[in-house]
Amino acid sequence: MNVGNFPFVIAALLVVFGLYALLFKRNLIKMVIGVSLVETGVNLFLVMLGYRSDGAAPIYTYANAGERMVLPTPQALTLTSIVIGLATTALLLSFAVFVHGHYGTLDVRKIKELRG
Amino acid sequence: MNTLATHAPVLLIAVPLLGAFATPLVGKLGRGARDLFVGLIVALTAALAGLLAADFFAGSGVPSIYVLGGQGLSIPLPSGMTVPIRILFEVDGMSAFMTLITALVTLAGAYFSFSYWRERSGGSMYFSLLLLLTAGIFGMELTGDMFNFFVFLEITSIAACGLIGFRVWLKKSQEAGFKVMTLYTLSGLFVLLAVALLYGQHGALNMAFIASQIGTLGVTVVDKIALGLLLTGLAMKAGAVPMHMWAPDAYGEAPAPTSAILVANSQASLYAVFRVLFTLFGIGASIATNGWILIVLAVLTIFVGVTMALVQNDLKRLIAYGAVSQIGYMLLGVGVGLVRRASLVVGGAALADKATALDYGFVAMQGGIFHMLNDAACIGLLFLTSGAVIRASGTRDLNKMGGLAHRMKWTTVFFIIGAFALAGIPPFNGFASKFLIYEASFKLSPFLSVIAILSSIMLLAVFVKAFQGAFLGPKVGLAVDAEEAPLGMLVPMAVLALVVIAFGLFPGFFVDTIVTPAAKALWYGRDAYIGAVLGGG
Repeated sequence: MNVGNFPFVIAALLVVFGLYALLFKRNLIKMVIGVSLVETGVNLFLVMLGYRSDGAAPIYTYANAGERMVLPTPQALTLTSIVIGLATTALLLSFAVFVHGHYGTLDVRKIKELRG
Repeated sequence: MNTLATHAPVLLIAVPLLGAFATPLVGKLGRGARDLFVGLIVALTAALAGLLAADFFAGSGVPSIYVLGGQGLSIPLPSGMTVPIRILFEVDGMSAFMTLITALVTLAGAYFSFSYWRERSGGSMYFSLLLLLTAGIFGMELTGDMFNFFVFLEITSIAACGLIGFRVWLKKSQEAGFKVMTLYTLSGLFVLLAVALLYGQHGALNMAFIASQIGTLGVTVVDKIALGLLLTGLAMKAGAVPMHMWAPDAYGEAPAPTSAILVANSQASLYAVFRVLFTLFGIGASIATNGWILIVLAVLTIFVGVTMALVQNDLKRLIAYGAVSQIGYMLLGVGVGLVRRASLVVGGAALADKATALDYGFVAMQGGIFHMLNDAACIGLLFLTSGAVIRASGTRDLNKMGGLAHRMKWTTVFFIIGAFALAGIPPFNGFASKFLIYEASFKLSPFLSVIAILSSIMLLAVFVKAFQGAFLGPKVGLAVDAEEAPLGMLVPMAVLALVVIAFGLFPGFFVDTIVTPAAKALWYGRDAYIGAVLGGG
């Protein structure tokens, strides 16, 4: 299927939405969602770099002779990046849990002991 | 060639990584076994870093390659073209120099941590994260592969934030942990996006290959976007000023010995900024612009860091802002070097060895790079003393402590040494490197050295205030029966203090043996860096 540049637009939108959530949302959980969105956008961009229209999965035994294959390297990179993303999201959420335990709120306007 | 030295780059990462995951298991055997194990791992890592650096600095100065998972580093394509595809570590003067800094700070920080945790329960996970952070920092400094660099960057981010927020019972540390992790993740994603753009443009992740492609094809628009993203992401993680908000929180809220290692982590990002600017994008019309960007960041960082340090009443936060300002001095030295280099390589002529040795741009580079080592030693020393001070006085508020000098003679002496070194007072090491920076930046613009000197003087005022608040005057609060820090804390401080004094007394020796090769690796090592991977240059 020929998808054109559509996925790149989606990737850019995801990054922009994520940055918007990160900058303008006041809730810690929504900020984590923002980080996750940026991450998804970057991952989509990475995987699209290696995509070819009508390409097969880059496994020699599955593809027919002469068939187009998508580039495997970006897929390996994306996989690594997804795993790292899982770890960072988990760490961010556990910080959010502890912050909520100490401050009793997730509102960044009320979490401001570290100023100046 | 010595086989251990050959394998040192990979062992530098493998040993702490193994230690990191084995520490919780060894910790089950008891505290003594764990401390012994972690101590051995850290000592072994430092010895490997020393071996790697000694081997490199004694050698011919040609970058050495360590290829993972195969004999050769390229595979020939059916078309006859060879592309380096393997993951590799590349050690040049700058990498070897950075491993020395990391090894020194980790050694002091880890051994200080033993005493720190002796008074508390638990801590196995702390050492696990500490070793993981070390492995990540070494990886960032040694790798020759862009994506690999991103992975190590994220390892340091996660481990560093785990350490910052380790004391979950402290309110502020959790706030700091969340804030820092968000910014670290964002900076990592900027770097990843840049790596993806470079991959899309050049079809490779190998730094040397991308550098040679940029050299032959010129800097395209995509490359420029990638450069912007890399600079933003890495400057954010190094704590340069418009993006420094996380740095005082991180250094201030982390356990004291960790703060010292976090400074080494920021310096690894700084190293990456230099690597990107000199090796990856060392050619093209925009070098001077990049240099000026660094200088603007540097002036802002120096000035804002010092000004914010002046108004702090929290001892660790005060030192943390001092640490932020020092990042500016390193950026200033290298930025001046970059601008000067741009005016020398106009026309694409390669830089000659003799002509540049006394050039002010090269001196600025030497100053900036030497300052990385000096800053690691004296800021590390200050953070360690702050740990001892907070332990004795039970508070971090300078208004609530005082009179510690009566009982804590050694800590007082070490604090004075660290503070004077940081403010650039001779005969300590800060003076040696800052003087090179003042001298060289004066040649580019007197305004720069005015800012740098003025900020150093303000920094002295900051630390006089901190010293007066914590150590002088009548004994206040817990200081009435405060005891000197235990030997386990004094020895790491003494080691760093000795380093501070040694570098201050014999700067010429250290500049010649380790700083000059590092500065050369950036100044005109680009072709050698590419040639080591692609052959022939």
